[in-house]
Amino acid sequence: MGIISSGFSGRRRNDDPRVPPGQYVTESFPVLSAGPTPRVTHDEWAFTLTTEKGVEHRWSWEEFLALPQEDVATDIHCVTSWSKLGTSWRGVSLDTLFAEVDTDYEYTMAHSYGGYTTNVPLKDLLDGKAWIAHSFDGADLAPEHGGPARLLVPHLYFWKSAKWVNGLQMLPQDQPGFWEQNGYNMHGDPWTEERYW
Amino acid sequence: MTTAWRVADVVDARPETADARTLRLRIPGLTGYLAGQHVDVRLTAPDGYQAVRSYSIASAPGAGGVAADELELTVEELPDGEVSPYLVGGVAVGDQLEVRGPVGGWFVWRPGDTGPVQLIGGGSGVVPLMSMARAHAAAGSDAPFRLLYSVRTPASGFYRDELDALAGSGAAGAPLRLDYVYTREAPPGWPHAPGRLMRDALTDAVFPPADDPTFYICGSTPFVEAVSGWLVDAGHAPDRIRTERYGGIGGAP
Repeated sequence: MGIISSGFSGRRRNDDPRVPPGQYVTESFPVLSAGPTPRVTHDEWAFTLTTEKGVEHRWSWEEFLALPQEDVATDIHCVTSWSKLGTSWRGVSLDTLFAEVDTDYEYTMAHSYGGYTTNVPLKDLLDGKAWIAHSFDGADLAPEHGGPARLLVPHLYFWKSAKWVNGLQMLPQDQPGFWEQNGYNMHGDPWTEERYW
Repeated sequence: MTTAWRVADVVDARPETADARTLRLRIPGLTGYLAGQHVDVRLTAPDGYQAVRSYSIASAPGAGGVAADELELTVEELPDGEVSPYLVGGVAVGDQLEVRGPVGGWFVWRPGDTGPVQLIGGGSGVVPLMSMARAHAAAGSDAPFRLLYSVRTPASGFYRDELDALAGSGAAGAPLRLDYVYTREAPPGWPHAPGRLMRDALTDAVFPPADDPTFYICGSTPFVEAVSGWLVDAGHAPDRIRTERYGGIGGAP
């Protein structure tokens, strides 16, 4: 139960079953980034999936948009305790991107313009669980929210949904990415509060 | 073991401005922290409802009379806040809170860091930067330190007397060089009309790219977006610019 603060009542009862423990619901869309927002044009944008055999599966912006597109309605959960319910995204499923990829490795490192990295197990990216998203609420994804495109892994804390993503590298074992080297959990399941080390 | 909730005693509370207060917390078992880290605070209402928010640490380890098992938070009351009004106006010395952390290994300054440091704060975003300035002074560090602090009015600035003391009226050899930007109201005789920080004023008030400074920028998202973008345009390396945005955790606290 914790220490009772008799003068504190709180106003935002989170009895909504969509809200994980320790989270509160916000209507805004906060921004968290470790550094400046990279400005990436569609002309220079590319996404590269690299396997253990050194094979590179690469999509330009036009090739990426020509892939089957999915509309995704989902809740998102930030480790800093806010959750945003019913967000709308559009992008390409990782199942689509991995369709032709031959790999035996079970872990990945996502890489981004600007140098950000985050590690995600492959099983958390496949079977309809993750996308590369380029639109939010029907409009192009804004640069401060990760545009041109970001990883969207909504069942994990949102730092795993790497902004400005430009690649996935297959790994034989799990390795920590940027925030995972700086105090944050290797996996990041909001329902079991995998927040910190 | 940063993930465990610990019970903290509120051992001191003092106002910083009309709507911000510094709380000193004694946390049994606290074994140190880094300047720039934050803690999570959890409040529990009598009916069991709990709310968690993150707050930056304002103090520096072992500096300013803060004991080794203590740290200070400065909390600003937000108009639609749920937790901050209680921390600013409700909790009293002798009460207890739950805290988790300290957390964070990126937006931190370590006393062994020797390069020039440019701190840029907007409003309550100065809090983690104050921890760094205090740690820098307490360590007697030779690293050149500057703070550019954007505030609405003279009365809304945090830590004014202490910052003035650190800056020593601009004396050579002072541990901190301090520059203010006033966005709504400037002090009498101030050479600039109040207004938002602009690109040229920013580049005039920070270390030049040739000095290869590390930047720590904390404030609202529009403030951090504008400032960090201008610095990159001015030739500063993006990987030397570290940002934290209270808008990220402050949209609704």
